[in-house]
Amino acid sequence: MLELTKEEESALKGEQGEIMQMAHRILVATGEATDAEKLVPIEWAHLSGVNYNTIGDAGEEFLSSISNDARVKVKTTLNPMGFDNDNVSNYGLDENFISKQLSIRNSYETMGVIPSFSCIPYEIFDIPKDGTQVAFAESNAAIHANSYDNLKTNKESAFSALASALVGKSPYSSIRKEDSPNITIRMKVNDPNELTYGMLGFFAGKVGDTSVNISGLGEMDKRQTKAMCGGMGTSGTCAKFLFGEGDSDCEKIDFDEKEMQNVYDELNTAEKGDIITLGSPQLGLDEISDLTTKLKGRSFQKRCMVFMPRTVKEQSTKIGYTAELERAGCEILSDCCTCLSPLISKDNVDTVTTNSIKGAFYLKNSNGVGVNLKPLLQIVEDETR
Amino acid sequence: MKVLVSGKVKGIVLKSENPINFLGTVDKKTGIISDENHDLYQKPIKDTVLVFPSGVGSSVGAYTIYSIKSNKTAPLAMICKKADLTVATGCALANIPMITINDDEFNSIKNGMQISIDTESNQIHYQ
Repeated sequence: MLELTKEEESALKGEQGEIMQMAHRILVATGEATDAEKLVPIEWAHLSGVNYNTIGDAGEEFLSSISNDARVKVKTTLNPMGFDNDNVSNYGLDENFISKQLSIRNSYETMGVIPSFSCIPYEIFDIPKDGTQVAFAESNAAIHANSYDNLKTNKESAFSALASALVGKSPYSSIRKEDSPNITIRMKVNDPNELTYGMLGFFAGKVGDTSVNISGLGEMDKRQTKAMCGGMGTSGTCAKFLFGEGDSDCEKIDFDEKEMQNVYDELNTAEKGDIITLGSPQLGLDEISDLTTKLKGRSFQKRCMVFMPRTVKEQSTKIGYTAELERAGCEILSDCCTCLSPLISKDNVDTVTTNSIKGAFYLKNSNGVGVNLKPLLQIVEDETR
Repeated sequence: MKVLVSGKVKGIVLKSENPINFLGTVDKKTGIISDENHDLYQKPIKDTVLVFPSGVGSSVGAYTIYSIKSNKTAPLAMICKKADLTVATGCALANIPMITINDDEFNSIKNGMQISIDTESNQIHYQ
């Protein structure tokens, strides 16, 4: 049973206006559904439910209707939308999509949300001090925040994150209270690359409940840790991994060549791709720098879409990476991502090559295109000259 | 019983033994179930007390619940066995009373029954 303070009770009764009443209704419903006993203050909310492809007309109308009165109370950042306004005219999107998406953007900005349009808030914003409560709806970001950034968040829904932003509080439930996993996954695959880690994450998300231990991990770079968070967020409800063997009574499960092959066979559905996409999660500056080095003097022989946050693009342009990537034939897109992109449609693309497990899952299930999975090194080797 | 969204209503039960995926199987204009494999196929859920095991599927289904409320084709209340976040947050958005009950209570509710719910006093009455 959720205990509310006097102020929260008053908001729930409508004494602080309709928006606060609705936001408290959402927090109470979410809290009761997840066995929270109270609400806790949060310092940062990250919202999903931005892409018109995912929230549709109902979402657009809802956000538009509340945006006049609703204002966020804490720092609030935003997931990617459906396109990059700088180059949307190159992609033949219909007018309705564009205008509905811009209305969604406008509603969030009116509410005071920072228009970051990024699924990697942990990479482009400063991380608050250890143990800070936040409310992240984007699954890879929630997992990254809990596992690598010492923050505390549930895998919020679009609605609980929005309500948390408006109230400045979140239900105290699930992973905020408890992270003693009952499962340990033992990494047994040798010589892993980012694709291997993506598959490991996908596997972990399937077998884990709220959190899992993972043992046998070596040094990992940013690309690999992001791939693992993205993979895990895609396949289940799990919101955190802890590093190590865990307690002796933990059930031990091996992630070996055979399990890896099972994930690969589930998501790899094509021999080769008509186009290439890099970025899901979006690429950060380190990855852009590394990609630029790998592409020195080489050019892609087919379309290659590269997704990154706008702030990363601005930095890349200053440093000269943008020019180098464009020389190599990359299409650079800000504010959007491979996931649920309306820019990739089975009307004009049959198959996509990518190194992203998260991207592969959505390309296959939402865009309905074939997917060819390869690590970045092999993509560069096979697809550039 | 557990109250997820509070309220006081009286209405006729429309009961399903199947979970409901609001995104895709409920028409957001008419509030009619459009999935031919569902036991409520072609039935309108408008102004009923909708009783079903739980919601399933995409969390965006919460927006469908908000839409049917805006289009005046929503149920008066929802009663489930299990609280899932899609139905809970959808009912919270739309201000539709929602409760969960145990298996025995769920089994005792029959289609067509008149039922009144008052979450303030924690009571359900059947007629």
